[in-house]
Amino acid sequence: MAWTRPRGVLGTAAIIACLTLPAALASETPQASAPTRVAAEGAPAVYRVGTITVERPWSRATPGGARVAGGYMRITNAGPEADRLVGGTFAAAGGFEVHEMSVGADNVMRMRPLAAGLEIKPGETVELKPGGYHAMMLDLQRPLKAGESLAGTLRFEKAGTVEVTYTVQPLGTPAAPAGGHSHH
Amino acid sequence: MSFWKRNLVPLTALALGSLVLAAAIVLVLVPPPGRPGVITSGVAAIGGPFRLTSQTGTPVTEADLKGKPFAVFFGFTHCPDVCPTALFDISSLLKDLGPAGDRMQVLFVSVDPARDTPELLRTYLESFDPRITALTGTEEEVQAMAKAYRAFYRKVPTGGGNYTVEHTATVYLMGRSGEFVTTLDAHENREAKLAKLKRLVAAS
Repeated sequence: MAWTRPRGVLGTAAIIACLTLPAALASETPQASAPTRVAAEGAPAVYRVGTITVERPWSRATPGGARVAGGYMRITNAGPEADRLVGGTFAAAGGFEVHEMSVGADNVMRMRPLAAGLEIKPGETVELKPGGYHAMMLDLQRPLKAGESLAGTLRFEKAGTVEVTYTVQPLGTPAAPAGGHSHH
Repeated sequence: MSFWKRNLVPLTALALGSLVLAAAIVLVLVPPPGRPGVITSGVAAIGGPFRLTSQTGTPVTEADLKGKPFAVFFGFTHCPDVCPTALFDISSLLKDLGPAGDRMQVLFVSVDPARDTPELLRTYLESFDPRITALTGTEEEVQAMAKAYRAFYRKVPTGGGNYTVEHTATVYLMGRSGEFVTTLDAHENREAKLAKLKRLVAAS
């Protein structure tokens, strides 16, 4: 499947490098302690719990009055056993569900909650992204604004709970905002 | 003998009724080769009369759309991805069309009228191009609209009394007389969509 990619420790390190390098290059002061500046400026983009790595959790700015938002990220399971994303929290929302979404050949948008959670097989990476799997933030208490960061958690069946920070990207952002994955 | 005499009227009625029914079935099932005076494009009949309410609480019918081409698509505000993206995309296409975009109308029809009140839709639309009109109504009115456009939608319970709505994500482009022209679909690139909209407003 297109969204699965086995990856070892080196691969993960390479990804972290790829993710942090452009941010470092984009930093206002090109010289000196760019990496520490990046770490200090924003939340770290990579989170780990057990054998699970979560990269770049993000959400999208919402229109006024919206009561839902999508949560997106890449999840890699480096362990020998399958794990499942079964729940979580999001600062501005009252509820959190894991959904599968697709637009079929008939151009019908279909969505269903994954009651048993989203499986992350051993050695695989699953991407939660617009048009596919996503975290469904329910009962949003206020609109999300581009540029803000919101705290949250992700709960895995085996690895347990990890605290993450979601960055809010502009309305209409089609795919992962950083790391150059937006080729369509 | 007496059987036929006694039952002459009901039997005749039955025979006539069967004929009418058979004729009706033929008329419904066999499409006419082309009605005189109507230009057909060889595609399914999409569009037609409707009665809905805009985000300002104003009634809108197909009569209000006459004279300008329009785009129609279906969605709802409790939709995390496809619907805000569709509204965002069409807003950015309208921006690229510039003043030519004033020559068309854009309608976002809620498939979740129970939650999408005109007030909520008004707030929601503030994030998008002001030329977009949102429409809602009673369940029956929305069903009639979806049926006219051959659009599918269905409520899907998600637990805890919540639900989501599956729906057709097609954007229908309609001509100035309300006739179906073409569609924009999610898999098309932006340039293709913009070219279609330019052709639509140029033809008006």
